[in-house]
Amino acid sequence: MASNATSKPARRRIPAILVIGAMILALMALLAIVGPMVWGAGASSLGTVMGGKASSAHPLGTDALGRDVLARTLVATRPSIVMAALATAIAVGGGLVLGATIVLAGRRVRAVGERLIDLLVAYPPIIVALAITAIFRPSETSVVIAIGLAFTPQFARLTNTLAASISERDYVTVGHLLGLRPLRLLRRHILPNLAGPLLVLTSVGFASAIITLSGLSFIGLGVQQPQFDWGTLLSLGLQDINVNPVEVVGPGLAILLTGLAAGLVGDGLNHYLDPRQPVGRVRRRPYESSDAGPAAANSTGAAALSRLGAPVVDDVVVAVQDLRISSLSGSVGVPLVRGVSLEIKRGEVVGLVGESGSGKTLTAMAIARLLPPGLMWSACSLQVAGSDVSDPGTRPPKKLATDMGIVFQDPSSCFNPARHIGPQITEVARVHGGLGSRAASEAAIERLREVQISSPELRMHQYPHELSGGMRQRAMIAMALMSSPELIVADEPTTALDVTVQAEVLRLLRRLNDTHGTALLLISHDIKVISALCDRVCVMYAGRIVELLSVEDLHHGRVYHPYTKALLAAVPKTAGENRNEPLIPLPGRPPQPGTPITGCSFVSRCPMAEERCSILDPHLRDIDGHGVAACHVTTGPLEDSIVRG
Amino acid sequence: MSTLPAPRVTFRGRLALRRTARTPWRSYLIGRLVGVVLLTVLLVVVTFLIVHLVPGDPARNVVGINGSAEQVAQVRQELGLTQPLDLQFIHYVGHLLQGDLGTSLVTSQPVSVMIGQRLPVTAELSSLALMIVVIVGFPIGIVIGALMRRGRAKWAGSVFTVGASLGGAMPEYITGTILIFVVSLSLHLLPVQGGTSLSEITLPAEAVAFAPTAIFARLVRNETASVLNQEYITTALSKRLPSWRLYATHVLPNVVTSTLTLGGLLLVALLGGTVITENVFNIPGLGTEIVQAILQSDYPSVQGIILVLGALAIVITLAVDIVLGLVDPRTLNGRG
Repeated sequence: MASNATSKPARRRIPAILVIGAMILALMALLAIVGPMVWGAGASSLGTVMGGKASSAHPLGTDALGRDVLARTLVATRPSIVMAALATAIAVGGGLVLGATIVLAGRRVRAVGERLIDLLVAYPPIIVALAITAIFRPSETSVVIAIGLAFTPQFARLTNTLAASISERDYVTVGHLLGLRPLRLLRRHILPNLAGPLLVLTSVGFASAIITLSGLSFIGLGVQQPQFDWGTLLSLGLQDINVNPVEVVGPGLAILLTGLAAGLVGDGLNHYLDPRQPVGRVRRRPYESSDAGPAAANSTGAAALSRLGAPVVDDVVVAVQDLRISSLSGSVGVPLVRGVSLEIKRGEVVGLVGESGSGKTLTAMAIARLLPPGLMWSACSLQVAGSDVSDPGTRPPKKLATDMGIVFQDPSSCFNPARHIGPQITEVARVHGGLGSRAASEAAIERLREVQISSPELRMHQYPHELSGGMRQRAMIAMALMSSPELIVADEPTTALDVTVQAEVLRLLRRLNDTHGTALLLISHDIKVISALCDRVCVMYAGRIVELLSVEDLHHGRVYHPYTKALLAAVPKTAGENRNEPLIPLPGRPPQPGTPITGCSFVSRCPMAEERCSILDPHLRDIDGHGVAACHVTTGPLEDSIVRG
Repeated sequence: MSTLPAPRVTFRGRLALRRTARTPWRSYLIGRLVGVVLLTVLLVVVTFLIVHLVPGDPARNVVGINGSAEQVAQVRQELGLTQPLDLQFIHYVGHLLQGDLGTSLVTSQPVSVMIGQRLPVTAELSSLALMIVVIVGFPIGIVIGALMRRGRAKWAGSVFTVGASLGGAMPEYITGTILIFVVSLSLHLLPVQGGTSLSEITLPAEAVAFAPTAIFARLVRNETASVLNQEYITTALSKRLPSWRLYATHVLPNVVTSTLTLGGLLLVALLGGTVITENVFNIPGLGTEIVQAILQSDYPSVQGIILVLGALAIVITLAVDIVLGLVDPRTLNGRG
């Protein structure tokens, strides 16, 4: 096995454990062949020293009849290995035949067969093996058959699961349509794809076989004396343990080593055959802000922003300056967000819009201080609801939990499935608000009623999976509202919902903003959603804000960045005289996060690109006093025609 | 404040809600019980057949090669082999229903009495082993999983993975031998063998529990890691809870549910481990008895013990399924 594995062209790294395991197994195979020839005489010759301690002549001492224990252990390699191999062959062969037959048989046979195998697996193999040894009387043959049959159901189930998943794949369906006969289908299409997993199973099966088989020999139900394998030797050693304790070391170590080696081969093969294994190692390096270009661009951007809005004062809920986020994977930090500056005033609804991968969610999660640990981030300033949370090294204050509510994208995975809805909604109020559980429940029911969930008392005691998707999202909004936060961050709150439910959820968010004056940071890839709800809109592209404008300007088409224009042009019109106009999809893709960007990140898709665009990254600059945009070319509102060009 | 009227739920609608919440339990339980009945029938048939599948004459095996023809005939009579097969099966089942498992051919003692004496020992040993597995394995798994959250403390993970794979590969009879070896070498005396008191079965229980503990800890570690990667943990993090609370209320329940299924299989495997380990320490349980019974061709005893061990495995599997349904109601809609 070792030569086979190592001689293969090294497309993927062969795991060390596979090599080590295969080498030990090869050594065992060698011992099994030469063992009885070399040490056979020593193993059977009766010595004068009985139960002798370890000495240079007998490294592991002698047994009760004065025979050398080391020689006996080495000789026992052959029966132990051969028996385990035979038992594995029975188990794998039987399981393969049984499992594959069930898959290929008719639907009814298959259903019954699978159920039967499920049932058989419920019996511990050792009990099955005991029953079989009882039938055939203890001997080496019966123990091999017993172990083989005892493990057959497990292999049958594994083969069955594997074969079932393969037989549902397209190429097998095509084979069926072409009229291939079941056996040919099995041989040509199913078996080759089973080979890898089966090899893994075989080595794992061999490991279990050698251990269980030696166990049965150990308790006296396997190989009968005067024949011996490792199991019998171990049990003899245990009997002599007060005379010669070292006697158990040889057979014990042999069983362990063989079992472990086979297990290692299985694990190693599994790793080697798994296409998802990582190719190289991920190296970590501290975050370096070596790219001076965008940094310079950003400080100007920030300046433009502060000129646009008021300076950081009391009516500001969120103030972000020069937020940068990079991933730690790869040898250098991959920049994902490249200097975002943003402000949200009290009661304001700000939208972040952009394609997936533009850094909207990361920006929002950084504001919420919920970035996953694999990311590095820094910001010149990050103020949320009066707390300074700009130091990545310190824990954000608990107050953040009550100051900010978060509505996540997928309501089905954002509630803990193992807990009732009620305690999840009331948790913040109970832990941080100091409310008793009854008061918290009442408050939660009130919130649930407010977001128009039917029979809220009942919902409190239901599990998330018992609620519909729209209801879960409204429950999530109710949870975000529990502590009357100053800010709600809603990350794609409608993406996972039906169109009809989407409108309701959006209306709900708008109403909450109207009635409570809660500021809202809304993230969406859908510019229509954004323009329906927001006061101001930030358009993000490739980790930067490329345009920031009021929703009035957006409605009137007074946009300055070609990307914003393209986003608008790709939206279907639902009313008005423009309804029959064709939609214009934006060709191309945004740059892969992490690819070095020189010049404007939009240049490859921009219909107006000039020479300087691919050299210099444009700064965010004031245009017309309306908003800011990062574009070299535009100086006024863009016409429809430029997108078509 | 809301201008829209909240949708009203009628009485009938509420009933319907309740009904959908109840029915999965029934079909789930029925599914489980059908499986249990099938397994039990299978078990009874197999144990009945043990005597009949013996190649050659089972009675001859009992009396040995030197036994006389009369002795063989007498054993045939005792085993009931003289009757037609269908009648034998009816008698076998009839006796089973009355709690009669036959009489041992070696000791002439009723098998049910022997099992009554030995089953408590085996049960005590495997329950103690299970307690060790859970009490030791669960915290280790959770702590390592939490330490390694999203790629932190890689060294701890590697050490743990190697340790757990080595530990999980240790068969109980070798662990038992090592324990005896260490005790006899360090204390220069043999650990007390054959005892059934709690202090005397602690060492055997550790032998039974060792490998399953390693496997269980690894399982819990993996489950913890996958729970910590779920989106609802981000939701929980946004609540800025104290970490003990985060783990106790948001991680633990989910890890427990996902661990239960495999934990149940582990429990069944513990039963097998107990059978072997009893022989290492000479503990008078079902495991030592069945080995003797097999070696002496004491078929009624073998049949009785296989039946009891198999029934235990069935009961454990059913219990785990029911607990799983109670703890995680989603299971009910699954493969019920």
